[in-house]
Parts: sequence; C-alpha cells; structure tokens
Amino acid sequence: MKIMLNNREEIFENESMTVSELLSKKNMTFRMRIVKINGDLVDRNEYDNTTVYDGDTVQVIYLMSGG
Amino acid sequence: MRFTVIREKLRHYKVGIAGAGGLGSNCAQALVRSGVGTLVIADFDTVSELNLNRQFFFRSQVGEKKVEALRENLRRIDPSVNIEVHDVFLDHENTPRVFAGCDIIVEAFDNSEMKQMIIETVAMALPGIPLVVGSGLAGWGGNEKIKSRKIDNNLYVIGDESDEVSEELPPLAPRVGIVANMQANIVLEILLNK
Repeated sequence: MKIMLNNREEIFENESMTVSELLSKKNMTFRMRIVKINGDLVDRNEYDNTTVYDGDTVQVIYLMSGG
Repeated sequence: MRFTVIREKLRHYKVGIAGAGGLGSNCAQALVRSGVGTLVIADFDTVSELNLNRQFFFRSQVGEKKVEALRENLRRIDPSVNIEVHDVFLDHENTPRVFAGCDIIVEAFDNSEMKQMIIETVAMALPGIPLVVGSGLAGWGGNEKIKSRKIDNNLYVIGDESDEVSEELPPLAPRVGIVANMQANIVLEILLNK
C-alpha cells in the first residue's frame, strides 16, 4: 500500500496495517502524540484496532512539554 | 493591506489563549499589538520569579494571578482591547465552555498531556475551530529546526517537535518567543484570509 505519512509518500508491502504496526514500523514510539487519519483524530486507546489503508493520509504529531 | 485595514478587520475577531505562560503571554501580546479585538485567556497559575526569563510579566507582578497580570499588561498596550479571563485549570469538561464562540484557539500549555487534552477536546467538542499548537521549543539555537506544519484546516503545529524541556534544556525567551510569535502569525494568516 501507498500512504502519505506526515506529507511524505511511504510504500509498504502490507495491504493494510494497524496504527500500532505503522508507528512501530516507522519507529514513532514517543508516547505523547496525536494520530490523525484523513483528518480524523484516532482515539489513543484504539491504535491496535484502527486500520490504515492504501491511499490514506496519516499525520503523527509529537507533543513536547514546554511553553 | 494597510495596517489601519488590518486592525479594523482583526477588531471583530475573538481568539482563545489556553495557558498564560511563555507561549500564551507572548502570543497574546503580538495579537493585541496587531489589533485582535477580543482575547479569551485561561490559566490557573500565579506569576513566579522563574517565569520572568521568558514570560510577558514583570517583577512587581510576582504572586499575582497570571490571567489578571496579563490582562493588565495587555491593556497597557491597548486600553480598548476586550480581555475575558478564566482563572481555571482547563480540562475536557470546561474547555468547550471557556472557548465557545472563539474564531481560533492557541494552545499555550507547558505540559504535553494538556496539549494532547486540548487537541482531543477541540476535535470532539469544538469542531471547525482551528487550533494552533506549540510543540518543541526547549533550549537555545537551532533556528532552522523550528517549523510550522499545517496538519489540516483545523490543526497547525509550530515548533521543532523534538526538544522537550528538562533541567539541562530549559525554556528560554528567544525560542519560546519565536514559537509564540509564529503561533500569532498563523492566527493572523487565518483571520486575514477569512
């Protein structure tokens, strides 16, 4: 599948994968984060049960303390 | 666009500021100087001496409520600005009530869990209101690492998205001010294109 991840095209052999699989594959393991798929926020307790498909736009935002 | 026109346009808008620390106080200052008519500012904290290395407060205000001190400072810039203050610890429950009716909201917390909270809350309870988040501003230098990212029409992230504050990497006036002013700059971009 081909997705847009943080505005960059990424190609994977899988036809789909869960958000958790995608995050671990890309080593995006920092825990304070927000994930959006096609503009919709993914519930942080549902990363194992939410699937990313071919053509999806995925945004992962790291939230760093400080302000 | 002439500044008189910019100010006249901005006068009609209401901007929410979630947190009156380094990001919030400096962002509010830029917005008031630009002419934004109404700010809704929420914070539970009081001004401490340690805040003075980056926040828009003065030594004589140490011990005062941040929202009250900030309102006073902003009114010294422009007495006609409307400042609605909420001395409250924001959470999932009260955030929608505090910021209902705002045209845009600036996330200006220091704590990453609070940043996550407001992104989730605005997406759920205030859909359609753009949120401008600051993430990654600790330390000094690294101008080239600070970026502005439009996630979608309702979410913008400013910062390096990598450097977290710590004992050895404190928040300092220049980088905090850069991110706060970039947040204000996005607010103007959105409001002036409306």
